[in-house]
Amino acid sequence: MNYLHSIGLYFLMIKEMFRKPTKWSVMKQLILKDIDDLIIGSLGIVAFIAFFVGGVVTIQTALNITSPLIPKHLVGFATRQSIILEFAPTFISIIMAGKVGSFITSSIGTMRVTEQIDALEVMGINSLNYLVFPKVIALMLYPFAIGIAMFLGILGGLAACIYGGFTTLEDYIVGIQLDFIPFHMTYAFIKTFIFAFLLATIPSFHGYYMKGGALEVGKASTTSFVWTSVMIILLNYILTQMMLS
Amino acid sequence: MIEVKDLYKSFGDAHILKGISTSFEKGKTSLVIGQSGSGKTVFIKCLLGLFPYEKGCISYDGQIFSELSENQKRDLRAKIGMVFQGSALFDSMTIAENVMFPLRMFTTMSKSEMEDRADFVLKRVNLADAHNKMPSEASGGMQKRAAIARAIVNNPKYLFCDEPNSGLDPKTAIVIDNLIQEITDEYNITTVINSHDMNSVMEIGEKIVFLKDGVKAWEGTNKTIFKTDNQVVTDFVYSSNLFKKVRQMYIEERQ
Ligand SMILES: Nc1ncnc2c1ncn2[C@@H]1O[C@H](COP(=O)(O)OP(=O)(O)OP(=O)(O)O)[C@@H](O)[C@H]1O
Ligand SMILES: [Mg+2]
Repeated sequence: MNYLHSIGLYFLMIKEMFRKPTKWSVMKQLILKDIDDLIIGSLGIVAFIAFFVGGVVTIQTALNITSPLIPKHLVGFATRQSIILEFAPTFISIIMAGKVGSFITSSIGTMRVTEQIDALEVMGINSLNYLVFPKVIALMLYPFAIGIAMFLGILGGLAACIYGGFTTLEDYIVGIQLDFIPFHMTYAFIKTFIFAFLLATIPSFHGYYMKGGALEVGKASTTSFVWTSVMIILLNYILTQMMLS
Repeated sequence: MIEVKDLYKSFGDAHILKGISTSFEKGKTSLVIGQSGSGKTVFIKCLLGLFPYEKGCISYDGQIFSELSENQKRDLRAKIGMVFQGSALFDSMTIAENVMFPLRMFTTMSKSEMEDRADFVLKRVNLADAHNKMPSEASGGMQKRAAIARAIVNNPKYLFCDEPNSGLDPKTAIVIDNLIQEITDEYNITTVINSHDMNSVMEIGEKIVFLKDGVKAWEGTNKTIFKTDNQVVTDFVYSSNLFKKVRQMYIEERQ
């Protein structure tokens, strides 16, 4: 019953977000600020994780291919597939649910607790449009971050290959070009767009509708992380089933 | 003019407002007074539509608030200035940006016009030197005054202040009281103030509504409040020793 109520409220929130839009001159600045906070501010951690996990994927694959019958360029192939299909879009999104999600929940939640949202409403401003809409738009650039993560992941794999002496550079390059299906990229970016929308709206929902004081802001951030990850994992399953099988 | 008819509000089992009816006139400063926890903040938030209420009717110059569409409500609210008890400044903006915020949202003023207007109201609340402070760097009283400046910057038609001078020294409190009264007169706005400060009651209480236990226990003006025999009102008014002494002297003088 409670869950149903929350789900209904979530969709009403999304609808309300588009009503009575904020003046464009103000909205433009809000969007730019959110791009800076949410996307640019996350590039560092995304790049770091992508590069090193890419390397680890390569090492693990190389170490587990022991049979001499399997060609060495499969290391590059496996790295590319796991990074493009799952690691960059899904795994990075879960990390972003922690980083970006808890930032969104706690900043909107603090505004709720200190009556700043009431202050917006009393001025006749659609606070959902003012607060949530720019975050949704800013996160539409999130696929760029994932594109960078894909590139760096594969690069990390290449570095690990060469420094670890698992395969030659030529083998790796052959591997990452092997049997490339362009639709896999489409699939990955469709997923990423949907995850970006979840990353903006679920944490906003938990911050916007929270009740209580500073302690509850912390709790709301945790709950929002849990729900954002659960929804990302669930939708990942559904989308994969729908698009790839 | 704001009219309230038979307003009921509860949180679960706690009945906070139990049938309040009153009206606040244009061009007058009206005070809602009562002890801490008597429901003043809840009352004002119901007037603004921030809290849903179970029963009652609230109208702004004849427009019944609950019958307005969401967009009409927002248009009405653009004419409202509100000072929250906790100031509610936007903490990602400087004090000057906070004050300019309603202008940015609702006017087509140029940047320099907005800055001039913000300068002007910040001077009126004695905050001329705090432009570039962030709210977190300002003292409680400065935040309060910045919130007042933000509420009046766009010439509202209705002004609500939840304890505008709590946390201010007596001298600044009087400046703020006078400012609120001045702009109420000057622009003929409907002003509702929550307070338990007896100084304000004496100074600017052109209409006073006394809340106790969720009902309106008394209504009058700053002229009549010191003469009433209503026990709950005199208990509240003369709760401070200073006022008790003054009353004692007044009674002795008359004998
Ligand atoms: N959001 C809420 N949920 C539950 N109870 C509330 C809520 N807000 C206020 N109350 C209760 O309503 C009563 C009146 O509170 P209110 O804040 O209106 O008092 P007040 O008259 O403004 O007091 P003060 O002078 O201290 O500001 C209190 O008993 C309070 O516990
Ligand atoms: Mg109060």
